[in-house]
Amino acid sequence: MNKVKDIQHSSKSSSPLGKLEGASEINVSLIPILEKVSDPEIPVLSIMDMGVVRSAVIENNIVKVQITPTYSGCPAMDVIGDDIKAALKKAGYESEIDLILHPAWTTDWITPRGRKALEDYGIAAPLNAEADKDVLLNGKRLVKCTNCGSTNTRLVSQFGSTACKAQFQCDDCQEPFDYFKCLK
Amino acid sequence: MKQNLYNYILGIADNSLMLGQRLGELTGHGPSLETDIACTNISLDLFGQVRSYFQYAAKIAGDERTEDDIAMLRKERDYKNVLLVEQPNTNFAYTLGRQFLFDVYHLAFLKELQKSADLTLSAIANKCIKEVSYHERFSSDWVKRLGDGTEESKAKMQEAINDLWTYTDELFHQTEADKAMVEEGIGVDVTKLKEAYYKNVSDLLLESILEVPESKYFQKGGKQGIHTEHLGYLLSDLQYMQRTYPNMEW
Repeated sequence: MNKVKDIQHSSKSSSPLGKLEGASEINVSLIPILEKVSDPEIPVLSIMDMGVVRSAVIENNIVKVQITPTYSGCPAMDVIGDDIKAALKKAGYESEIDLILHPAWTTDWITPRGRKALEDYGIAAPLNAEADKDVLLNGKRLVKCTNCGSTNTRLVSQFGSTACKAQFQCDDCQEPFDYFKCLK
Repeated sequence: MKQNLYNYILGIADNSLMLGQRLGELTGHGPSLETDIACTNISLDLFGQVRSYFQYAAKIAGDERTEDDIAMLRKERDYKNVLLVEQPNTNFAYTLGRQFLFDVYHLAFLKELQKSADLTLSAIANKCIKEVSYHERFSSDWVKRLGDGTEESKAKMQEAINDLWTYTDELFHQTEADKAMVEEGIGVDVTKLKEAYYKNVSDLLLESILEVPESKYFQKGGKQGIHTEHLGYLLSDLQYMQRTYPNMEW
């Protein structure tokens, strides 16, 4: 087995066990290939920055990749699996994709680079759990508009264009935008 | 084959399947764009959860059955969902009332299922619970809005709660599969969820300026496959393509 890189990005694992479970093994030589695969709903975001690849190792010349869904019903997962297979094939690897449910995906696994990609694309990145609750339930204005940067924004709908997002509108520049909900 | 575990999983999954189908009926028919999208997103979450359960059930069955067969090709009596989730979208208050009465149960149930000795069920519960927390927030929020809204919205919400109340007690009935699974540390003892459920539901209703129904007459039978007349119609929609064009895929 080649060198592995820990891509556990969560700085606030709730327990030592949680940290252990969340850790993933990614063969470094596969990273450039996997980084080119993006989320079909958010093309600017690589699946690596999304945190859905939980491990990728080479065993007997076959790449074994474990991915975890963001939401149970996320229709992007089948596509992501196919895209990974295709990308690896192009790089000369046969692969097996496994969908794992545990540990459950959390928005904490989106990397800082991933958060920036979301914002640049017009989707506000998730706030922490408490602030998230405040904006979704208590009408607080904390989400930063992806167009003008103002936090004078309000919730339009708890569910947006996909299950993982909520719909917001900026009351300064009037721009409507998606907010990626915190999932913990 | 582990028959009890198989039946147990189907019992859980059928609830999400039927509720997901009911919410899916609102695609393009929600009262506003936002609520339409919300209901169908919740439906999508539920179907995603159903897939996890049925994939696991198919593995346990260990024969030719696939997740799709389990979902699409059973007869009415073989579905073990509670009566509550098959009730129709009479109006938006019914849709939300049904959702609320189920979500409060669903959330409490998943919290317990996370502790299951069965690691797959525990992992599924752990995944679902995050999604269901959002469902519960959404439906509670709407019950409050309609209950504490206009005279008209309040009357409709109260009527929906009164009508649907009769289906709540069944949530806490144990089946044979339930009992066997509780004994093995795999299943959730639903009888223990009842008290907290009625307290949580009642608190929210009172907060919504609604009355807590006093009726002590409850319907049951779904868990045994004896359904209300609504399920047949729901299934004819759900199964139409597979019955008409067996094994079709797209």
